[in-house]
Amino acid sequence: MAKSTAILRQPETIHIRPSAGLAALNLGDVWTYRELVFFMIWRDIKVRYKQTFLGAAWAVIQPLLTMLVFNFVFGTIAKVPTDGVPYPIFSYTALLPWGMFTTALNTASRSLTANQNMVTKIYFPRLVLPLASVLGGVVDFAIAFVILVGMLIYYRVTPTAAVWTLPLFLLLTLVTALGTALWLSAINVQYRDVNYVLPFLTQFWLFLTPVAYSAKVISERWQLVYSLNPMAGVVNGFRWALLGTDTGPSLTMGVSAAIALIVLISGLFYFRSMERTFADTI
Amino acid sequence: MAAAVRVQNLSKRYRIGIAETRFRYGLLREVLSDVVTTPIRLAKALTGGRTRAIHPASYIWALDDVSFDVEEGNVLGIVGRNGAGKSTLLKVLSRVTEPTKGMVTIRGRVGSLLEVGTGFHPELTGRENIYMNGAVLGMKRAEIERKFDEIVAFSEVEQFVDTPVKRYSSGMYLRLAFAVAAHLEPEILVVDEVLAVGDAEFQRKCLGKMGDVAQQGRTVLFVSHNMSAILRLTQETIVLKKGRLIKRAPTQEAVDFYLASGQAETGERVWEPDEIPAAAAPFRPIALRIKDRQGRVIDTVRSTEAVTIELEYELGAQLTGLRVGMYLSTMRGEYVFTAFDVDDAKRYEEFGVRKPGRYFSRCTLPADFLNEGRYSLGVNASSFGVRRYFMDENALSFGVDVSGAPGTQWPEMRHGPVRPRLDWTIERAG
Repeated sequence: MAKSTAILRQPETIHIRPSAGLAALNLGDVWTYRELVFFMIWRDIKVRYKQTFLGAAWAVIQPLLTMLVFNFVFGTIAKVPTDGVPYPIFSYTALLPWGMFTTALNTASRSLTANQNMVTKIYFPRLVLPLASVLGGVVDFAIAFVILVGMLIYYRVTPTAAVWTLPLFLLLTLVTALGTALWLSAINVQYRDVNYVLPFLTQFWLFLTPVAYSAKVISERWQLVYSLNPMAGVVNGFRWALLGTDTGPSLTMGVSAAIALIVLISGLFYFRSMERTFADTI
Repeated sequence: MAAAVRVQNLSKRYRIGIAETRFRYGLLREVLSDVVTTPIRLAKALTGGRTRAIHPASYIWALDDVSFDVEEGNVLGIVGRNGAGKSTLLKVLSRVTEPTKGMVTIRGRVGSLLEVGTGFHPELTGRENIYMNGAVLGMKRAEIERKFDEIVAFSEVEQFVDTPVKRYSSGMYLRLAFAVAAHLEPEILVVDEVLAVGDAEFQRKCLGKMGDVAQQGRTVLFVSHNMSAILRLTQETIVLKKGRLIKRAPTQEAVDFYLASGQAETGERVWEPDEIPAAAAPFRPIALRIKDRQGRVIDTVRSTEAVTIELEYELGAQLTGLRVGMYLSTMRGEYVFTAFDVDDAKRYEEFGVRKPGRYFSRCTLPADFLNEGRYSLGVNASSFGVRRYFMDENALSFGVDVSGAPGTQWPEMRHGPVRPRLDWTIERAG
């Protein structure tokens, strides 16, 4: 019988026992469930703009409107220095990764509580949920990126030769978002306070990131402290690669990347060690 | 033959109650003192809460040193009353929750018919949900593709496979969900009460599927309140009581033991002192009972007769604004109603303050009210906006028998949880 071929393969043996101490990362488990990650992303995208009139256009409208507001407040009224780049494109270049970061951070931090019934009823590596939420942000990013290309043409800005480094900065954004979200989503399982913290967190973080202004306005001796925010490195990198501002790779960017990695790895361990009680406490 | 499932000294401890009653319905004073202690709590919380002092009364052992083996290809029945630890056992076996002590060794993939439809999204179509749900259950894409037609045929929703499932009837939804789970083809299948839902024809198909699975040499763990299904489908049965395994025997013997030991579903739930969280004080639940008109405790309600539901409890101190009430829900978790003993404004005035003592809160479910199936009764004691003293969402379950109810001349399952005797008139217009 063809149907029963699945049971002919040697079944693997699973041991279920209380885990103790620092949980092993066991990332192979997530790899086994990679198709679930894909399906979760696909589901979120399919469902995200359902029953909205404008549909996926929201992925464009959000950064575009923010850019217009920023342009009015910081470009026209406050006349913020922009390293010699027209303000609209100066801010939009930063709003792209920033928008992806906040979307990813928000949805991923709420991913466990939003999928409560899956968590309490079925086994799968819980890491799949925040991971899929973060990766789902890339799709919106890609849509909004099309507008950026249009703006580059309109403002006759030629991307620098370093444009190939963009994926690296994209990766840095994802790492930062995932690392932070791992901490927040695991805490959120027990303390829903995270839902109230998130809006403030993203707002403060926006002020600490050179989205509306140039990182150059920060004095030299504070640059290192400033770069402790990985998103500062991301935004500087985007401007450097696309617009040719002199905010390219440097020691401070290395600090940004190192911080992002530390947050990610510590987040993974924290998430894994809290994971065992998710189904009981959520 | 090798054991497919080996459970060794398995124990699971749950923390109950306290956090919920404290934070959700906090008094202003408590909220303020909360604010003051926040920094300390925050520090403790971030270290994983392990520093919290352990208060023995706020823990219960849902599983207590349970050991058993299941040989490959066997069908094992699991019986026990509500709260005996059956669901917890299945949750540990399906790796949803971790044991506190002990170990389980499982050879092969575990498929669960515990919770069909997990991961279903109402906006997605039937086709999309099959893929989604299959992935959630751990199936590979190729595997789902191979079985797709079979799943659709089994679920009988062919015409609607490209319709969002939010437009499905609950029966269609359930059939589709079950079809995906049933085609997982795990080495070990875990089934919990799912047979209590769906129409008669579909139930037969489900039982058939379970039989197939067993015949293909796979292992099945079957939890049910239905002794005849247990007798029909299993060779061996274990009996759980308060988290302990108290009997393992050939099914006939185990079922006899279970029925004779008086802990089968009796239409009565008695709370032992160790089942009541310390935070419930001064409210102390004693028992919840279902009684017929003659005052006898019954476990099966006849739809055509009124029954009385009675909650007996004790108040250790005077309480103001207390409401004692219940939730009735179907086994699928849909609420049928929520009602409190002081819903009537006059009665609320009369019992605004309850003195210490023993009480009964009783209500009558009218005749011609519930449809056939199993229902779950939950109880709740709270003062609105102030505090919830006690809550047990699944205190007691009971079955409803519809013989003699309207429409039973047709042997079909009627949709919906209620089965009212409506006043029909038929008029010929021309």
